[in-house]
Amino acid sequence: MILKRRVAIVGAGWCGFRSISPDLSYKELMYDAAVQAYEDAGIDPRRDVSSFVSVGEDYHDGVSILDEYIPDQLGALHRPVHTIAGEGIHGLAAAVMQILTGQFDIVVVEGHSKASNILTLPYIQAFAFDPVFNRPLNAHPHFVAGLEMLRYMAETGTTHEECAAVVAKNRNGALLNPTAGFGASVTIDDILTSEPVAEPLTRLECADHSDGAVVFVLASGETARALTDKPIWVRGVGWANDTFRLESRPWGDARYARAAGEMAFRTAGIKSPRQEIDFAEVDDTFAYKELQHLEALGVCPAGVAGEWTLAGGTQRGGDFPVNPSGGALGEGHLLDATGLARVLEVVLQLRGEAGERQIDDAEVGLAFGWRGVPTTSGAAAVLSN
Amino acid sequence: MYGNRTRHSSQDVAVVGAGMTKFVRRAQETPKELAWEAAHLALKSCELTLDDVDAVVIGTAPDAFDGVHMKGEYLSDGSGAWGKPVMRGYVGGGTGVFSAIQGWYHVASGLFDTVLVVCEEKMSSCQPHPQAAFLTIFDHTTERPLEPNLLWIFALEMNAYMNRYGLSKRDIATVSVKNKKNAADHPAALLGDPDITVDDVLDSPVLAWPVQRLDVSPITDGAVALVMSTSHVARRVTDKPVWVEGVGWNLDTAYWTNRDLSYPVYVEEAARMAYDMAGITEPRKQIHIAEPYDPFDYKELHHLEGLMLFDKGEAPRAAADGVTQRDGDLPVCPSGGLLGVGNPIAAAGLMKVAEIFWQLRGEAGARQVPGNPKRGLAQAWGDLMQVGTVVVMGV
Repeated sequence: MILKRRVAIVGAGWCGFRSISPDLSYKELMYDAAVQAYEDAGIDPRRDVSSFVSVGEDYHDGVSILDEYIPDQLGALHRPVHTIAGEGIHGLAAAVMQILTGQFDIVVVEGHSKASNILTLPYIQAFAFDPVFNRPLNAHPHFVAGLEMLRYMAETGTTHEECAAVVAKNRNGALLNPTAGFGASVTIDDILTSEPVAEPLTRLECADHSDGAVVFVLASGETARALTDKPIWVRGVGWANDTFRLESRPWGDARYARAAGEMAFRTAGIKSPRQEIDFAEVDDTFAYKELQHLEALGVCPAGVAGEWTLAGGTQRGGDFPVNPSGGALGEGHLLDATGLARVLEVVLQLRGEAGERQIDDAEVGLAFGWRGVPTTSGAAAVLSN
Repeated sequence: MYGNRTRHSSQDVAVVGAGMTKFVRRAQETPKELAWEAAHLALKSCELTLDDVDAVVIGTAPDAFDGVHMKGEYLSDGSGAWGKPVMRGYVGGGTGVFSAIQGWYHVASGLFDTVLVVCEEKMSSCQPHPQAAFLTIFDHTTERPLEPNLLWIFALEMNAYMNRYGLSKRDIATVSVKNKKNAADHPAALLGDPDITVDDVLDSPVLAWPVQRLDVSPITDGAVALVMSTSHVARRVTDKPVWVEGVGWNLDTAYWTNRDLSYPVYVEEAARMAYDMAGITEPRKQIHIAEPYDPFDYKELHHLEGLMLFDKGEAPRAAADGVTQRDGDLPVCPSGGLLGVGNPIAAAGLMKVAEIFWQLRGEAGARQVPGNPKRGLAQAWGDLMQVGTVVVMGV
């Protein structure tokens, strides 16, 4: 099934994207983003929205069954509302599916992060390890990333310098993004010589966390055309998991990204992603992940992403810009909303609203999100203007 | 597009298989193994394998029970999701029935032909008692300092309901008796009891007045799975598909202290959404069998009114008159419900959907209601007395 011009993003709002936000609760972050999104779409949530989807994990917000605290600040009382415990793009896909049923006309998606409230984030991440087989190892979650990076480098011949080039590109690129909190003039040397967190992974190769919220308004084709002159069409969505078990996964190869990408391209009717897509926003929670994900998504062959990045091919002005927003390395990792931040940049680029970092002739963009260590869970979306 | 139908369109969705583990107080299996067992039984029931499954939906809520962050990821491969699209959604206690709704929209979107829906909950691993995990559902600023638990807030709600309509404890205890008796015929039930009486309920220990021990469903471990598919797959797989005719869900404010607790308006709104989609205009005539959510005995009555199957305040009298018995005019919780079969939160909700599936196919064994019911309803509820989820199914 191909989703040709049947679902569009017609409103976007965001708030925060900074390392701390002592002045705003997570509910206030959500409210600010939602109000912007509704205004952008020209809708009244109390009157026009058929359903609301929120993305979140209990332990990230410090409440059980987070969906309780969603409706009030989204204007969603007495409406269909539910939570997706997934990547932000899983939430987007849930909204797309609802519209495709024909029973829902306008659906809102929300994701947020209040990472600064979490005092013990690595411990919480470690609580996601299999309680029987892996948790007794008492490992910091970065060890999984370090091991995976080693394996990826060994299998593909990617060098550490090439991984570090991702950070230099994304953090320098983020200097052009007024929303991004982690823009910096860093060199490959700075990155390679920053302290190791789990060899070979260094401190500057890990995305820091940000607080923020992202809200999108999605509408079915006809409604989208009526609401805006610049609908951003959701051409395809895809998501997939590999095994959760550390013991049986392929450490070098992001198979989940390949499967998610294949589904997204299939539903978008795209046969050759490199030819038919102009740019991508791809998960870069760790520097090597951007390279691994680009290869798994089929944007380039395995083992090529590193040298391509080092040569500047994925710069904003390169032949295939990747993470022009600065990615999670430049904007900060927004927990479950990170993928929605990737989608947000694709939307802004496709609308021609990306300011100084605008890519020329952007017509089709790819967003990909990963749920982080220790998962093998990813979700992709292809959008076009 | 829904409503009175003679043929099924490509976006119609059927339940074609179901399976469940035994509901127990303390399972030896890991959560992942429970999920596997239910998924395996559901696939086996319709002679499909994982190769036939295009996507998986996982329902489980809160992570605090199993003590695993990102519990959906942990459950994914046990639920058959290896290499497949998998998504976990939740709405607190309403999750079980919501997962069937999520399965519905996966198939009705046209993206997938066959979807496996798996709900699992293992409450026993929360020590010393899972009730403590519920403390974390309350607002951290305004409510948690009071150290509330669910029994207290439901005691408030039960009081509000009894007070509004002048009900006695005896009026309400009949629900617990009916459901625990019904559960005696359920092979997977935890608390079936063919000999229980109203006096047993009224004599049980007081937990938080007016809630007594036998007014409440038990802590339970278990898993339930469904196979849902498009009409063309359904017709190939089974002679007896059970169609999803309508779905509805609805969330009220988190600020429950500001609400009238005597009537679940959010359940009514969810029901209206499902009835509209199903083309149901007279639910009392058109619904033949109901599985409303019954974690407490008064909740069954409360929900029957919210579902507009009885007038406000009238459900207790109907229960006393035997209308809701298995052989009554409107059999309610013929499975034995949460009070009798057990309450592994998300799995309990999906068990209700599975029960409607089995009843409408005439496969409910000793629990089978007479009269060949054609349309049934499953409903769940949860969060801070805040969410209603409704599925209407028919043959």
